[in-house]
Amino acid sequence: MPKMTAAIVGSGNIGTDLMFKLMRRSEHIEPKYMIGVDPSSDGLARAARLGLISSAGGVDWLLAQDDKPDFVFEATSAKAHAANAPRYAEAGITAIDLTPAAVGPYVCPVVNLDSVPAAENVNMITCGGQATTPIVAAVSSVVPVPYAEIVASIASKSAGPGTRANVDEFTETTAKALEAVGGAKRGKAIIIINPVEPPMIMRNTVYAAIPAEAAEPGPVQDAIRESIARTVEQVQAYVPGYSLRVDPQFDPAREDWNSQGRVGVWIQVKGAADYLPEYAGNLDIITAAAARTADLLAERKLAGSPANTAGAHA
Amino acid sequence: MSTTDTATADSKYRVRLTDTTLRDGSHAMSHKFTVEHVRSTVRALDDAGVEVIEVTHGDGLGGSSFNYGFSLTPELDLVRATVDEAKQAKIAVLMLPGLGTIHDLNQAHEAGASVARIATHCTEADVSIQHFGHARDLGMETVGFLMLSHRATPEELASQGRIMADAGCQCVYVVDSAGALILEDVSDRVGALVAELGSDAQVGFHGHQNMSFGVANSVFAVRAGARQIDGTLVALGAGAGNSPTEVLAAAFDRLDIDTGVDVQALMAAAEDVVKPYITRMPVMDRASIMQGYAGVYSSFLIHAERAEARYGVPAWKILEEVGRAGYVGGQEDMIIDVAVQLAGANAG
Repeated sequence: MPKMTAAIVGSGNIGTDLMFKLMRRSEHIEPKYMIGVDPSSDGLARAARLGLISSAGGVDWLLAQDDKPDFVFEATSAKAHAANAPRYAEAGITAIDLTPAAVGPYVCPVVNLDSVPAAENVNMITCGGQATTPIVAAVSSVVPVPYAEIVASIASKSAGPGTRANVDEFTETTAKALEAVGGAKRGKAIIIINPVEPPMIMRNTVYAAIPAEAAEPGPVQDAIRESIARTVEQVQAYVPGYSLRVDPQFDPAREDWNSQGRVGVWIQVKGAADYLPEYAGNLDIITAAAARTADLLAERKLAGSPANTAGAHA
Repeated sequence: MSTTDTATADSKYRVRLTDTTLRDGSHAMSHKFTVEHVRSTVRALDDAGVEVIEVTHGDGLGGSSFNYGFSLTPELDLVRATVDEAKQAKIAVLMLPGLGTIHDLNQAHEAGASVARIATHCTEADVSIQHFGHARDLGMETVGFLMLSHRATPEELASQGRIMADAGCQCVYVVDSAGALILEDVSDRVGALVAELGSDAQVGFHGHQNMSFGVANSVFAVRAGARQIDGTLVALGAGAGNSPTEVLAAAFDRLDIDTGVDVQALMAAAEDVVKPYITRMPVMDRASIMQGYAGVYSSFLIHAERAEARYGVPAWKILEEVGRAGYVGGQEDMIIDVAVQLAGANAG
């Protein structure tokens, strides 16, 4: 099958890691362009050495090319993507957005990619969102989840300037995705940046409120356990370092929990160390999800895509 | 301000006390403060001349959660009650970027809070830049909290304080969240911040009693140049509790450190108003001393005790392991992970 082409816009940590992932693992996507704005960027130099066409001329340069890519991966900032998105759409380029701009629908490849109708723009939520929405969805596919809460902990060294300048964007975007993708009625997200040396591997804790009977041993609880285990395997298909630290913990209903029970899930995300070391699972999981999403969208397009009409997969 | 005007002219030091019984004390109360608790406490503090009163969930705005414990009363209701009750005191709220958001800060401001205290781990001050800018735009007074200050050297702390001050922070606190600092540990850190910040921002100190140094450390902080000091009535707070406000007031009075507060009134407030509603007296026991000794965030204590009850691993042991792993404020979720791992190791 022929490959489709892609441009990576943003030559920082995320863009560089994504380039390595696409080159090493993508079935259907060939990274062709690396676009930045800083001529001295390490990412641009690396991309050029690896044979990509690199430019510090930004999106203006990219869109002036005759040979436009099929896909663009946006690894800049929410503000930049909000400005670029209509231009990509006009040029007929499918955008995979790794910023919290959320111009297009939130996508977690194992949860809802099939239900996203041939979108020309999809959003990859956040690193914490990619790690936790599948678990919340696994629980909410068995029982109603009135409230889900996640805590993402990342190593200080893996928290880039974009994350630091706007942590509210992380918490708000992730919380919304716990609802829109995870299926919780209400979501809350917390992010902690930890400077310990050696750096801590990315961690995510998911707490979901569940009906009192589901928190007690029995068939419903077993169904939740199985659903979580299945989901973990599905994520591992593209994020091999994704694993549970301990078995899911069920806590019986409490009055101060609105008489709901709780399931807790402790996740570790060890990165593939494509660019930053393995502690940076936060980088790994969002670039892996973006690469996976693009692969699946490319597969649809290459197959002549019956999914090009909205709802074909519904 | 009348309390300032009556400061004795020959006092060497002038210090502003911030009482955080209704915020740090929230941990010890498992976040179950009622409007009645808040009103009676604020009335007593305000009458005693305390200039700043902090009220929020123990983990700051938006802290009500599975991870930290749900609030019995919505915190904005508590903020509004505080604002309504205070005649002279300014009302402060705490927020931790990554946990609370600008949206939460806006709501607290609308409810009448006028001091924004923004807390980060002591090496991660740059996550607070947007929040300081926003708080100043709202016209709020700003305070920066460098949490777990024992985990940074005086020089590192000074450079982090500089980031906060440049972002609009008007007073940078050395926050001994683990009660791990002892005497010169405090004055060296306060001194480095004072030297770095000069007239750009004041310096403050927030102490805990895990190794019983809260008040002594506060004295060292003042002598090194700190101008804002935190305490709580009856030491009600995380871990073994905070520097007790009534003891700070009495000790400072004896040391000719002027606070402008009524010492007798604060002793009465502690004894007659706060002590009767406390469900769990602050105490230096094996687990809380371990927090000071191993440098563990004080609010982990009750979570570790719950994990002990659930998983049968002693709280002090869990906290020792948490300290070894280097977990920081907000990572309460790791306590269960550690407890399950330790329980598994015991079983094996």
